[in-house]
Amino acid sequence: MTAVIEVASLVKKYGELEAVRGIDLSVEQGEVFGFLGPNGAGKTTTISILCTLLRPTAGKARVAGIDVAQDPAAVRRRIGLVFQDPSLDDQLTARENLELHGRIYGVPGAVRKQRIDELLGVVELADRAGSLVKTFSGGMKRRLEIARGVLHHPQVLFLDEPTLGLDPQTRKHIWDYLSALRKREGVTLFMTTHYMDEAEFCDRIAIIDRGTIAALGTPAELKGRIGGDVITLAVADVPAAAREIKERFGIDPLAANGTLRIEVPDGASFLPRLVRELPMPISTVSLSRPSLDDVFLKLTGHAIRTEGASEKDMMRNMGRMWRGGRR
Amino acid sequence: MTTAAQRTTMVTTPFGEVGGGLLGAIYIVWWRDIIRYWRDRARVGASLAQPLLYLVIFGTGLASSLGGGFGSSAGAAGVSYTTFIFPGVISMSVLFTSIFGAMSIVWDREFGFMRELLVAPIDRAAIAVGKTLGGATQAMIQGLILLVLAPFVGVTLSPAVVLEIVVLTFVLAFGLSAMGVALASYMRSMQGFQVVMNFLMMPMFFLSGALFPLVGLPSWMTVLTRLNPASYGIDPIRRTLLGSSGFPVERFAINIFDRTLPIAVEAAIVLAFGLVMLAVAVRAFQRRD
Repeated sequence: MTAVIEVASLVKKYGELEAVRGIDLSVEQGEVFGFLGPNGAGKTTTISILCTLLRPTAGKARVAGIDVAQDPAAVRRRIGLVFQDPSLDDQLTARENLELHGRIYGVPGAVRKQRIDELLGVVELADRAGSLVKTFSGGMKRRLEIARGVLHHPQVLFLDEPTLGLDPQTRKHIWDYLSALRKREGVTLFMTTHYMDEAEFCDRIAIIDRGTIAALGTPAELKGRIGGDVITLAVADVPAAAREIKERFGIDPLAANGTLRIEVPDGASFLPRLVRELPMPISTVSLSRPSLDDVFLKLTGHAIRTEGASEKDMMRNMGRMWRGGRR
Repeated sequence: MTTAAQRTTMVTTPFGEVGGGLLGAIYIVWWRDIIRYWRDRARVGASLAQPLLYLVIFGTGLASSLGGGFGSSAGAAGVSYTTFIFPGVISMSVLFTSIFGAMSIVWDREFGFMRELLVAPIDRAAIAVGKTLGGATQAMIQGLILLVLAPFVGVTLSPAVVLEIVVLTFVLAFGLSAMGVALASYMRSMQGFQVVMNFLMMPMFFLSGALFPLVGLPSWMTVLTRLNPASYGIDPIRRTLLGSSGFPVERFAINIFDRTLPIAVEAAIVLAFGLVMLAVAVRAFQRRD
């Protein structure tokens, strides 16, 4: 196994703002690598640097053995990209979109035709090849973009929030197509997400928060960082309950979104004790195996959050409305 | 499963010099614009409404209050105002299509297909040139469609005149599209679009000679009209279209220091302006943050 992505002390500043503050990581050929974190954590910035869309302020990044700052064109030829927002041309048909991509990436004519047919089959769009993309659903567009992303046999396929805005069932399907493609093509998948459940599909995950990597490992390793089980309870007075728990059981609970989370080695026997001995009323209580949400909360001290709409989000919505209104 | 060997051959094929090099890439970007334009014929129809309003309502209205002898002097026969603005309305169509077309880049770059092009292994100069030529082609067609109205405004066309108009309209469309692409390449949000509309496109239109002759104006306005590149695009179109139909159009022609500029010089000015703007756009596209 060789590293297909190597990142060392990567920094990106926008004026005073440090969006990426010294990231190190290495991704092996054929791996599914997840970049997990809330909006504004630096995920998209990092992926944009790796895709040569942004220049790093400091540090090194190599993709397919090529420095992204020194030879962006060579990197671009070896990567595929699926963006957060669809970047298909919706006045063109599915086939035309793939055709255009193949031409841009210099896939020779005969190979191109065969490859397009093959990929349309994989993402189950063969019967819609001649339809205009504007008639496609969100999930279909995403599938087509994924097919397009691997058309030119990239070594790495970057996916920025590939399932954002899709319903759970469609998200599941997208994952099926991705794993099928990965098996067929042996392509490395590097993806960002803020859906914790999706991160479970990854071989390894980097948890990123405020521009740095808080933890890196397999999903099982990361969950192993939480000793045992997680008890979540909702009470009226969170700070008071937290004090009581600390005094009585010597455990420091984490407060998030009006609930308290307690990590205990054996939740099944601790839970009855907790309910019996806590003096205040408990409105709900649950016991669970640790999830990546719990890992995130533990490592960063806050729940994965959705920030207020940025200027870009506003422009995105405006654009959607504008485009929507025209047809 | 695809092997690494296959992947290597992909990168080192003669086509590795992607899509047939710079020209191939320009062609792809241009082709996409033309396909889109062709598919969106409803828009083509709708965009003819404004020029028609100017020609039929504005033109007829003003012609009636000016009388038939617009521009008549020293006993020479005049030109009807509707006839006078006919080339101006063609140019207006070119101007608006060019600028609006280029502004779509701003949105396309953040959320649309443009990102596919920006991460592609092609020289970004090809994107700037392809977009300019694509926009210019559309704007030219939008202008030329209006030639079908020529008989109604008393303009007779010959193949030679049409050919000349095609060339002159393309030159104007190229200059304005290049300017639009250059502007769009520096704009980061659609908010800038209103500014471009109000402080650039409309003044350019009003000061271009599309609606009134650029002669005998107050000196401040004379200066502004002479600094407006669109003036040098519209003037040759008017002189060619109306001149060949026997209208005394030379008296509307742009003069600088009492000298009337030859049509070729005017076209060269617009072309040079377009090339400078294109160079600006290419630079902007090649820059990375």
